[in-house]
Amino acid sequence: MALHFSKYLKQKMGYLGMINLRSWSCCFYQKQPYLSRRFESFKADKQLGSLHNGGDPQVMNFPGGIVKFTPELKFLSDTPEERIHCYRVLDDSGQPVSSNFVQIDKDIAVKMYKDMVTLQTMDTIFYDAQRQGRISFYVTAIGEEAINIGSAAALGMDDLVFPQYREAGVLLWRGFTLQDFANQCFGNKGDNGKGRQMPAHYGSNKHNYITIASTVATQIPHAVGAAYSLKMDGREACTITYFGDGGTSTGDFHAGLNFAAVMEAPVILFCRNNGWAISTPVSDQFRSDGIVVRGQAYGVRSIRVDGNDALAVFTAVHVARKMAISECRPVLIEALTYRAGHHSTSDDSSKYRPIEEIEWWRATQDPVARFRKWLEGQGWWTTPSEIELRDHARREVLHAIQVAETVEKPSLKEIFTDVYDVPPSNLCDQEKSLRKTVERHPQDYPHFLF
Amino acid sequence: MAAMLRSVGVASASFPLADHSNKLSTFSVCSLPVIRSERSPISDPIRGTRMTGKVITKAVAAQAENAASAASKPGHELLLFEALREGLEEEMDRDPRVCVMGEDVGHYGGSYKVTKGLADKYGDLRVLDTPIAENSFTGMAVGAAMTGLRPIVEGMNMGFLLLAFNQISDNCGMLHYTSGGQFTIPTVIRGPGGVGRQLGAEHSQRLESYFQSIPGIQMVACSTPYNAKGLMKAAIRSENPVVLFEHVLLYNLKERIPDEEYVLSLEEAEMVRPGEHVTILTYSRMRYHVMQAAKTLVNKGYDPEVIDIRSLKPFDLYTIGNSVKKTHRVIIVEECMRTGGIGASLTAAINENFHDYLDAPIVCLSSQDVPTPYAGTLEEWTVVQPAQIVAAVEQICQ
Repeated sequence: MALHFSKYLKQKMGYLGMINLRSWSCCFYQKQPYLSRRFESFKADKQLGSLHNGGDPQVMNFPGGIVKFTPELKFLSDTPEERIHCYRVLDDSGQPVSSNFVQIDKDIAVKMYKDMVTLQTMDTIFYDAQRQGRISFYVTAIGEEAINIGSAAALGMDDLVFPQYREAGVLLWRGFTLQDFANQCFGNKGDNGKGRQMPAHYGSNKHNYITIASTVATQIPHAVGAAYSLKMDGREACTITYFGDGGTSTGDFHAGLNFAAVMEAPVILFCRNNGWAISTPVSDQFRSDGIVVRGQAYGVRSIRVDGNDALAVFTAVHVARKMAISECRPVLIEALTYRAGHHSTSDDSSKYRPIEEIEWWRATQDPVARFRKWLEGQGWWTTPSEIELRDHARREVLHAIQVAETVEKPSLKEIFTDVYDVPPSNLCDQEKSLRKTVERHPQDYPHFLF
Repeated sequence: MAAMLRSVGVASASFPLADHSNKLSTFSVCSLPVIRSERSPISDPIRGTRMTGKVITKAVAAQAENAASAASKPGHELLLFEALREGLEEEMDRDPRVCVMGEDVGHYGGSYKVTKGLADKYGDLRVLDTPIAENSFTGMAVGAAMTGLRPIVEGMNMGFLLLAFNQISDNCGMLHYTSGGQFTIPTVIRGPGGVGRQLGAEHSQRLESYFQSIPGIQMVACSTPYNAKGLMKAAIRSENPVVLFEHVLLYNLKERIPDEEYVLSLEEAEMVRPGEHVTILTYSRMRYHVMQAAKTLVNKGYDPEVIDIRSLKPFDLYTIGNSVKKTHRVIIVEECMRTGGIGASLTAAINENFHDYLDAPIVCLSSQDVPTPYAGTLEEWTVVQPAQIVAAVEQICQ
């Protein structure tokens, strides 16, 4: 598998020529009504001739394809001798150990770093704000900054993002401001979600980032459906969906992968294998060699990358995207990393894992520090810049929180809007009833406005 | 069957569509062919003797008195599943974003032939065969809808959509709201449900009672070829997610529907038979049991007003209210289970809004709170039969 991938890396643009002619490629899409666009495979009933093996007793044309017989009674092993290798570009000290990666120029690299630091700062301060009671809930992406920013930087703005909840960095990269993040967490009038969702459940159609729902892995079939929509439109774009190791146990993961393969949908399925699903370690979640091996089970191309290596993540997503769009196929990426923070503000992970383990990962495997070392090695970053950036980020985040706290909450009528396109009569009645109650007892509703 | 439909008053195509009262003025009881409502057996060549009062799924040829007039009437005759297909096809022609996904909808043409021929016409992408994972292809539809397509999800049987409950409730119904109106989900979720003929408990589900609480979705139930096509088109054009309930036993109903295009309102009830003595509210297959009972009641001197509520969420309280104000007595006849069914919600809604107009407590006739048994005689009596409706009317009109 690594060999296969490196072939792509060697000719960065070359793989565009590798369109799989057997599958329906969106490059050949024509917008002609009523034209029967049938998959070649559905002409099977006309291929009766191939039912016979040509007299070869070694093979059989079973439904699904030709299979060779074997006299050996051999079971496929449940565990491989070695785990699938993990693609990485930078070592722990930020030194490149691979020549097979997509080069990025200084502007992109510096923006990546700045956004990683901003994400880290935002997470730290918002987490503390929750602890102080200023917001009700928060999820951090501590330890997964490289996954967030590395993948975001490799995508285009037309690519639709279907996140789980630990991918705020993707939205940050796309231009969501710190004020926007704060407004959503405080659920105030500035929130484009109109105060409807929990903190950290961002969404922005402007940035092609679909609103987060708390349900686990439901976004995977959504991403496949949206990819199917892009394919029907013949667009030069793909969808990407993120999920954790825990999410791969759900039914939606299974069916989503299967559908994506069968429909040949241009979707990147990005698994953040951070070792923990709240308190469930991966050893209790599955017994396979992580997620990457599951790709082959569904007929989906897959790769394992070092999730703490921003350049590796960037390269993998960049190449996967090209594959997904040009060949109209799904690609599965498993990024190995560690959830250095708690699951959320409702969790204290020291209860189920040793503090030393958490601290080791934070101290020695920090993806932000690793990328900085590489940047400094390139001559693109200095210590004074670091101090200035951290200071600036911190001030900006604090300011955003202060402003968000003072902005008033959405009006009570927003309880009833957007349930349907137009509020039906029963909701209008309920709103009237609520209005009357508020007017009758204003002392009980001092902060509620209509 | 055609005769029964004719009596329902929707058969003639020559009237302007919006004016339902016009249609009904041609209706008169005397022109009804006589159908005995006592239980004289009808012999069925396939299953042997069966009781009357059942909806005959095979369309019966039109009677002699109608044959002559049929030739002169405009419009065209078709079966309910064909009407659904016609509506679907017209919308797919009109809007290239409309697509269908479900199990066996493509080459096979759908388990009930609603999508027959569409894959040949529109290609495999617009009529998509999916693997067996209802939660996931419903999720796919949600994702596709958010990105600009207008997918129609077909559940092979409504009962299978219980597997899609998570996607329907938590995502389909919610995402427009939780995103602050940024993402719309214009999907249609449809499929056959209801108690069929010995299909077994798992294939006889009535999901309208389970789905009715979900905020953000609309629910409609079709019962005739005319309203099936109209509601299908309206559901596709709606920006909200709509669940369209069809009934397994109604797919072969034949009716003459207009040639010209029409779209019905998703929130309106249908006046089937105006009357004075009692309001009978019903939907889907029970409409036919009610009309069967209506014939008996008319012979006994009663004048029931029959309304097919069609819109299960939200209720058309305007039409219903006007009827209650006129008759002061309400009977609800539904196929849902007694507990937590559509009838239960409707009873509450009418009591709340029209309490002063009622002369008697609302009577709700529903199915028994049991899984549907397989044996024919047992299955028959888990749903409401016309005899029970007649008895209820006699009781309430005392």
